[in-house]
Amino acid sequence: MPILEVKNLSFIYGVGTTFQKTAVDNINLSFEKGEFIGIIGHTGSGKSTFIKQLNGLLRPSSGEVLLNGENIWRNSKKIRDVRFKVGMVFQYPEYQLFADTVYKDIAFGPENMGLNSEEINKKVLAAVDFVGLSHEILEKSPFEISGGEKRRTAIAGVIAMDPEVLILDEPTAGLDPRGRELLLSQIKTYHSKRKNTVILVSHNMEDIAKTADKVVVLANGKAEMFDITREVFKNSESLERVGLKVPQITEIMEKLKNKGYDINPGILTVTEAENEILRILGEWGKC
Amino acid sequence: MLTDITLGQFFPGESLIHKLDARIKILLTFVYMLITFICSNYFSLTITLCSVLFVIFLSKIPIKMYLKSMKMILFIILFTAIINFFSGNGEPIFQWGIFKITVDGINNSIFVSLRLTIIVLTSSILTFVTSPTDMADAIEHLMKPLSAFKINVHDIAMMMTIALRFVPTLLEEADKTMSAQKARGSDLESKNITKKAKALIPIFVPLFVSAFRRAYDLATAMECRCYKGGEGRTRMKILKIVPLDVFAVLFTLAIGIMVIISNTFYWRW
Ligand SMILES: Nc1ncnc2c1ncn2[C@@H]1O[C@H](COP(=O)(O)OP(=O)(O)O)[C@@H](O)[C@H]1O
Ligand SMILES: [Mg+2]
Repeated sequence: MPILEVKNLSFIYGVGTTFQKTAVDNINLSFEKGEFIGIIGHTGSGKSTFIKQLNGLLRPSSGEVLLNGENIWRNSKKIRDVRFKVGMVFQYPEYQLFADTVYKDIAFGPENMGLNSEEINKKVLAAVDFVGLSHEILEKSPFEISGGEKRRTAIAGVIAMDPEVLILDEPTAGLDPRGRELLLSQIKTYHSKRKNTVILVSHNMEDIAKTADKVVVLANGKAEMFDITREVFKNSESLERVGLKVPQITEIMEKLKNKGYDINPGILTVTEAENEILRILGEWGKC
Repeated sequence: MLTDITLGQFFPGESLIHKLDARIKILLTFVYMLITFICSNYFSLTITLCSVLFVIFLSKIPIKMYLKSMKMILFIILFTAIINFFSGNGEPIFQWGIFKITVDGINNSIFVSLRLTIIVLTSSILTFVTSPTDMADAIEHLMKPLSAFKINVHDIAMMMTIALRFVPTLLEEADKTMSAQKARGSDLESKNITKKAKALIPIFVPLFVSAFRRAYDLATAMECRCYKGGEGRTRMKILKIVPLDVFAVLFTLAIGIMVIISNTFYWRW
């Protein structure tokens, strides 16, 4: 049974007003436990609206969201439990920090779950380690630490709830290249250690190519594609049609292939490209 | 959602009413309210109501939006209507204890609710069709005479523009923060009052922090562009009275005169 499944999901903003807008249009998808899912799409394609329905922050206009096979809105009093199971890190999450110490801010989620202080302490420290924050920072105010540390604190605040599904909405937006690299590898580590489902929303193709097992392509509120990452990035033409591009390295390798080199399609990372080029050079060396 | 509030909202558009000069719109709104108050019988009130409905029709904004803004003060209208209903003078048609219903009371309550409805509708039209910046500009113009009393009209108008400009931004931000804290299990839907009050802290703190941050950024940006108050400042959009505005004034005057005539010549309940 898939851990998370959506059936005929649609969401309309401002029903009956001049601003009426179908942001999510009849989406059917299912995600298995332990998968690393990437969601890509142009700005305004409905990525944020789609994921906000997965943890019940928005109630679908029609269709349903099934968590472990059960409609999350079947008992709307239980919607808080759904939010603990499906953790959500918003875009620019550092602006939601509020407590007087970093520790207390990270502990906010677990406290709301009603855990005792020993369990809370364990979860907070584990989350802090995943995002690579130093323990000295825990007693500081979240308003006096650096931007990158704020971002990590906010992400730790969600990881500390130990959700079954972790959703991140453009977590690397606005970070410098090194910070971005580091955060991605930490998310990847979190995924492989906890064996949880992770859903990463991004419009950076390189990020998705490096991390995701499967990719959903959203365009105009519709799910245009849903397949394993390599297959999705083989379709550079269909991606361009919806305003997206394949990763730069994929594009370069595709161009080389079109020039007549015997290259496998769907190269996703620089390392893969390196190996492929070495392989071809090696074959040349032989003759 | 917070952003669902329609009272005081602006709906961009191209209708005749949108195109009117903002100063004229503000003045005519006051004239309309005045007209509503001098109406003394159903006939003159009907004339006023019909003309307001006509303006609503011209504004090309769905009637639904107007009904939505009515909904917010429905309670006040009902309350005044009920008070009036039971406090009329004259022969009671029905009496039960201290409660008595008279023809006078029934008339009064219908009359008062209609008046309030017209006033809400006219002020809704004004805010629906006038952009906040135009509104502040127009108010600055209209308050010009006050500068004779050493009141800095420009500063007041600038503060109003900034405030109006940031209402939607802060509402959106509050909405976002609420979502983020709800995602961490914040108990905003709780029926328990203390729990609910406690759940507000994680929303208010980030909201204030961000409001201060924005204020600071805006102040810096204004200083970078050498803003130093209203003196010698020219405008990009110069307000200008065009034939359409004259037409609107004459239309309103005509309604006013019709109301005065029907006040004096027709049956007064
Ligand atoms: N609160 C809202 N009210 C009305 N329309 C909205 C709101 N939020 C988003 N939209 C619209 O819905 C569409 C999808 O937005 P969003 O889900 O934020 O896209 P993305 O996250 O992919 O950039 C956009 O056209 C946007 O303008
Ligand atoms: Mg988004």
